[in-house]
Amino acid sequence: MKEFKYVITDPEGIHARPAGILVKQAAGYKSAVKIAKGDKSADAKRIFGVMGLGVKTGEEITVTVEGEDEEQAAAELEAFFKENL
Amino acid sequence: MMTISGKSVFGGVAIGKLMFYKRNEKVIKRTHVDDVDAEWQRFVAAKDKAVSQLKELHDKALEDVGEANAMIFEIHQMMLEDLDYLESIENIIRSQQLNAEYAVATTADNFAKMFSAMDDAYMQGRAADVKDVSERVLDILCGVSDGMQEMTEPCIIAADDLAPSETVQLDKSKVLGFATMYGSSNSHTAILARTMNIPAVIGMGEELKQEYDGKLSIIDGFTGTLYIDPDNETMTKMQDKRSKDLEQKALLEQLRGKENVTKSGQKINVYANIGNVSDLGAVIKNDAGGIGLFRSEFLYLENTDFPTEEQQFAVYKQVAETMAGKKVIIRTLDIGADKQVDYFGLDKEENPALGYRAIRICLTRPEIFKTQLRALYRAAMFGNISIMFPMIISMKEIHKIKEIIAEVKDELTREGIPFRDDVELGVMIETPASVMISRELAKEVDFFSVGTNDLTQYTLAIDRQNSKLDEFYDPHHPAILAMIKMAAENAHAEGAWIGICGELGADLELTEEFLKMGLDELSVSPAMVLPLRKRIRECE
Repeated sequence: MKEFKYVITDPEGIHARPAGILVKQAAGYKSAVKIAKGDKSADAKRIFGVMGLGVKTGEEITVTVEGEDEEQAAAELEAFFKENL
Repeated sequence: MMTISGKSVFGGVAIGKLMFYKRNEKVIKRTHVDDVDAEWQRFVAAKDKAVSQLKELHDKALEDVGEANAMIFEIHQMMLEDLDYLESIENIIRSQQLNAEYAVATTADNFAKMFSAMDDAYMQGRAADVKDVSERVLDILCGVSDGMQEMTEPCIIAADDLAPSETVQLDKSKVLGFATMYGSSNSHTAILARTMNIPAVIGMGEELKQEYDGKLSIIDGFTGTLYIDPDNETMTKMQDKRSKDLEQKALLEQLRGKENVTKSGQKINVYANIGNVSDLGAVIKNDAGGIGLFRSEFLYLENTDFPTEEQQFAVYKQVAETMAGKKVIIRTLDIGADKQVDYFGLDKEENPALGYRAIRICLTRPEIFKTQLRALYRAAMFGNISIMFPMIISMKEIHKIKEIIAEVKDELTREGIPFRDDVELGVMIETPASVMISRELAKEVDFFSVGTNDLTQYTLAIDRQNSKLDEFYDPHHPAILAMIKMAAENAHAEGAWIGICGELGADLELTEEFLKMGLDELSVSPAMVLPLRKRIRECE
């Protein structure tokens, strides 16, 4: 299992657009991808779950990736967050 | 004639028949099904059809309104393919043996409720998206065709509110304007109306009645008014307004995107003055290079109590975002003198123009000032905001302002709230004192903006409200021009830039003189931006 933390810098937080792009990206991996904020967590492949977290700017999330392509998925997702959120 | 007011989201005048958008009413019944596999498959087929319709809409929107606005239809597709959404529907069909329509309607309600319960206005608004996509599936399941009866002639579309999918599907060549009962200026309909240049008035409430369907009406998108069965006088007035608007648009077409540059190549920025968020449309429409003066007073004048930091933040952010990186100069509150607000509890003064107003209130009641500064520094993250302080007469005031700004930044840092550190700061040059110390002031700030109305009143000692003094009043008085020249020289000597945001900036007789003084910017009312650009391009 791979895990990384990230603090959202996008002033809008994870709003509809980046949530959509994130779900598309996560859906491309065989591994399970979870996003957690505080004690709430969501499947990153599900748009309602991701939007339902209501992640705002300045908040920290923890992303966990588990499965056969976890190395690659975690690295790519971390890069994705840095670039888009 | 009936007159209904709402909120304008896009200026322009539209005259034509009102047509109420009719949705096909569906009654969702809860029925028991025996063959749950077949029922699930019926849902899957409807959902797939809805997704492919959304793909088409996405492509259509891509052409009409661009990628950023079209993305919503891609998100809608994802919502329909979302596993939580699908699992909920499948669960209702299979375990409760209920029909697909009921399963979709119930699931849509639950997800919409989840969004409505979130503590964020943006996310609350997404409840409408869930309902919109679910309605599409329901339409297919119930076998009703979505949308509008064919429009045979161009109409003004009226509705309770329009979903983005409904707006984008309308035949644009037949839509003269939009009039809705509900919706916010951030709704997709409002955004699309602005992108498509269609006059639109929203939020008219119950006043807008179904019975007006088919009646001749006029939308005045500038004032946010809808006239039903207009009388002759109104009709003539509006036709006139419409042709003036079209003339202005024709001028815009010629001058849009052109530089504010003289024949010899001297450039000057032309910005717009605004007093409310609703003026933003006019700023964009008239192709202003930025906002040279955003009077923040309306936030205080329109409220019955001090506007909160969040209220102010939302407004400043909206302005910064709408201007998309162009300069937005926001003047801190300028209450007092002729602008009185009850809840400030100001004493009646013998001589209010020389009294307790503007920065003098801010510096003696720092809690009011700090709330505004916090909102401004936070909103500056979303665009190119500069802050400007009114009624400055001394260096002491500048030092005090900077101390308060440092406190505000410290507080925001400690609270972990993101803000922009390097916001450009400027002062209004509107007192003779500020002109006389302009060399010193220029060392402390990034820019000057000359408020010619007050500067004239204070320099000539003439009360402009008093019409008896008209014969003594000379807006082109050499003393005023000498003051502007002096401030400009001092600004440039210390590396600051200088503009004018008072009425004199729009005086086309003085444009050439201002160019000679080397002013960097003129900020005028939105409607004057293009005539001024025209004048600049004629200068040598």
